[in-house]
Amino acid sequence: MLETLLPILIFTALALAVIGAVRRIRLWRQGRPSRVNLFKGLVALPRRYLVDLHHVVGRDKMISNTHVATAGGFVAAAVLMILVHGLGIANPLLGGLLLLASTSMFVGSLFVARRRLNPPARLSKGPWMRLPKSLMAFSIGVFLITLPTVGLLPEGLLEGGSSWLLALVLAGVVAWGLGEMFFGMTWGGPMKHAFAGALHLAFHRRAERFSTKKGGAGRSTGLKALNLEDEAAPLGVEKPADFTWNQLLGFDACVQCGRCEAVCPAFAAGQPLNPKKLIQDMVVGMAGGSDAAYAGSPYPGKPVGEHAGSPHGPIVALEGKALVDADTLWSCTTCRACVEECPMMIEHVDAIVDMRRYLTLERGKTPNKGAEVLDNLIATDNPGGFDPGSRLNWAADLNLPLMSDIKQVDVLLWLGDGAFDMRNQRTLRALVKVLRAAEVDFAVLGTEERDSGDVARRLGDEATFQSLAKRNIDTLAKYRFLQIVTCDPHSFHVLGNEYGELGGHYEVRHHSTFIAELFDAGRLTFAPWKGGSVTYHDPCYLGRYNGEFDAPRNVLKALGIEVKEMERSGFRSRCCGGGGGAPITDIPGERRIPDMRMNDVKESGAELVAVGCPQCTAMLEGVVDASAEVRDIAELVADALVERSADDVSGASRRTTASTTAEEVIV
Amino acid sequence: MQPDLHQKQQQGIDVAVLVSIGRHPTTGRARRAEQDARGLELALAIEAELPGTRISMLHAGSQDDSSEAALRGYLGMGLESMTLLEQPEGSDAILPLVEHLAATSPQLVITGARAERGEGSGLLPYALAEHLGWPLVNSLASVEKVENGVVTLLQALPRGQRRRLKVRLPAIISVDEAAPVARQSAFGPARRATFAITTTTSEADSELAQWHLAPARKRPKRLKIVKAASARDRFKAAASKSEGKGGQVLTDVTPEQGAEAIYKLLKEEDVLR
Repeated sequence: MLETLLPILIFTALALAVIGAVRRIRLWRQGRPSRVNLFKGLVALPRRYLVDLHHVVGRDKMISNTHVATAGGFVAAAVLMILVHGLGIANPLLGGLLLLASTSMFVGSLFVARRRLNPPARLSKGPWMRLPKSLMAFSIGVFLITLPTVGLLPEGLLEGGSSWLLALVLAGVVAWGLGEMFFGMTWGGPMKHAFAGALHLAFHRRAERFSTKKGGAGRSTGLKALNLEDEAAPLGVEKPADFTWNQLLGFDACVQCGRCEAVCPAFAAGQPLNPKKLIQDMVVGMAGGSDAAYAGSPYPGKPVGEHAGSPHGPIVALEGKALVDADTLWSCTTCRACVEECPMMIEHVDAIVDMRRYLTLERGKTPNKGAEVLDNLIATDNPGGFDPGSRLNWAADLNLPLMSDIKQVDVLLWLGDGAFDMRNQRTLRALVKVLRAAEVDFAVLGTEERDSGDVARRLGDEATFQSLAKRNIDTLAKYRFLQIVTCDPHSFHVLGNEYGELGGHYEVRHHSTFIAELFDAGRLTFAPWKGGSVTYHDPCYLGRYNGEFDAPRNVLKALGIEVKEMERSGFRSRCCGGGGGAPITDIPGERRIPDMRMNDVKESGAELVAVGCPQCTAMLEGVVDASAEVRDIAELVADALVERSADDVSGASRRTTASTTAEEVIV
Repeated sequence: MQPDLHQKQQQGIDVAVLVSIGRHPTTGRARRAEQDARGLELALAIEAELPGTRISMLHAGSQDDSSEAALRGYLGMGLESMTLLEQPEGSDAILPLVEHLAATSPQLVITGARAERGEGSGLLPYALAEHLGWPLVNSLASVEKVENGVVTLLQALPRGQRRRLKVRLPAIISVDEAAPVARQSAFGPARRATFAITTTTSEADSELAQWHLAPARKRPKRLKIVKAASARDRFKAAASKSEGKGGQVLTDVTPEQGAEAIYKLLKEEDVLR
């Protein structure tokens, strides 16, 4: 009986899976077109899955091993089952392998079940709670029906009229397993992640994120530009169907593991954002319906079940509620912690900025001080609305060389908008002192410099960003320089990663990288560190965005400082709360993100926190009753500088009078 | 509810908003003028309150790239088009505006109190009112309601005081910093909006041509000497209304006598030499 029933079950499940796949693909295809090399993506898929994805999943060894056993066992078992039971190739060797595969899957499913016994808050429950049982049903069912194939059970045991009940029970178990694993894979069950996830890896919109056999950087963080020349092109994303098809596919790949939720600073601060829920809401919007079935943590302060949407309905309502509330989108600090953690490589930040673009460019609804800041950027080229002519006032006594005078230089020092901020002016003065001590040939643009456009772009004002960027690129094109050095990671990221698309290609360095290079070249000498214990706070736009974790630590090491690492540091560093225009849009929460970060500092026991970003400095110094002092790396370096003896200084005559006087002034 | 809604729709009025090209105070870049934008915001508030209200936006001036960018700043607040009364640079804006307003006969005309470039004398609303023979209310804070051809307005007076006025339409109102701040201008709607360009009879502003224009300077403020012993006294001095001292109240005098007194004061204060 089973011999006739099994092929029917298997091929019915496969047929249903194919129908489901077609339906699912049609859901994704509602999105806008996106240029993807389908063939190349599919070819690259195994490597992306086994190498790049594994690096992310492997951060949690336990789950990584569980997944290898379960998923590996399942894929092998599924293929072998189709051969053995579907096509009836009752080869004992294949049967043996099938037993092995289903055993591996069963062991994996035991670990999945263990995790589901007392699941952490970040995991979604609901249908996910039945997954271990389904996995077991499949593996046990397949195991049992295969026993006769290899001769471990007599062939006729399940054939006799007396045991038809046993056969029926077995068929039922197999059907349950097949239903969840094949049918559910494409019809929207928990196993959906396997189908959508694999295709998402193949057709990812940032193929550069993945390594290739030749190496590959694996880091692609610059936002993609909007085409503003084409007046018919939509400005951002209004409705789910405005996302590109591979973005929709990416949302569908989510496994609801909640690793994004666990690292999201806005979620931890009680602001109405949960990256996992946001992605699930996009899936709801793509398929149509309400979020009532969502089984994980909600947006803080917003109950589940009040929001609903459809592929061609608005994501953010003009009045009342739609799929997502605007304050959810404005809570994001664009720190990319969620993207870094996501085992499915979903691009949360891109989606958020896309939706912000629509709100700003089409609706003119940038919250709180947003409109004012954007107006300032348009009228004065800086977010504070300061007189652009006063950009260099802080350096009136430093006699800084100007690009407009000398035209050609080794290092162009990009000041950033911190030039208008009294706290950051101290950092800039320190940096100038360091550059002069190392006899770096540098100059500044002075009043020719404009805001890099970072804030405008994160607030969704692509038009203002492109206007600023194009004018900056025109200015930079007038001069010759080898590299740009800046103490602002936001400018660093935008100049280095986002100007390229608009025609500006530069070699940009963060001041910590540059100082580390100067030290390695023996151009700086430091006095031994006499201060207390120090920790280092990684700026998101330097660390996660650009992968620079080592240089600042090397500089601190060169200063004789042993860094006391915080629990969340490096690629898992917690945001200061200052990115993505979050301090401007200022969505209320239960706590402040910088307070939480300062608490991390306190727990590390450090008396001083070294930073490398004007935003981080401002946010962390804004913490009331902080236990640690906040100092930029440039300041620490400038304080420790030792005048080198004449022998050390190669070609002392090279020193210009300007640098001597300036150093005297600073000291 | 049905009849009520119907009645409301009937109450919709025609509002004309006059806009000029502004000038950013620190950089001097062309932009939407602060007060005119507040005027448009007021009109949009009336439209939201009173369904059926039609807003037309008017600008008299020349058309070029920088002025277009500034005018689109207003359109980005949510209007689909605006009327541009084209005239060469340096022409007097009053005549074409009067002609256009007389021809289209809106019930309410909203302007800013003064322009941010050119003469900036603040005389335009008065000149319009004189030509059209309509009442003018300045320093508008808000429009409370429009009913049966009568508009109830809230006028801003110094020190946060407000005066409620009822004015029969048609009327001209001018707004200054008392009116609500203008909404953000959105790029998409601004880019899509269109200009209806009308060529008008224009007359060179001969008086303006004779003037010598210079950037405005902030006049020095008179020092207010506070001899307060405690924080409470200092606070009271800062918050209280200063009593006029040494002034002179003129009542029941002829215009000539009044002018004489003002002239004398200006001489004394060294404003006129």
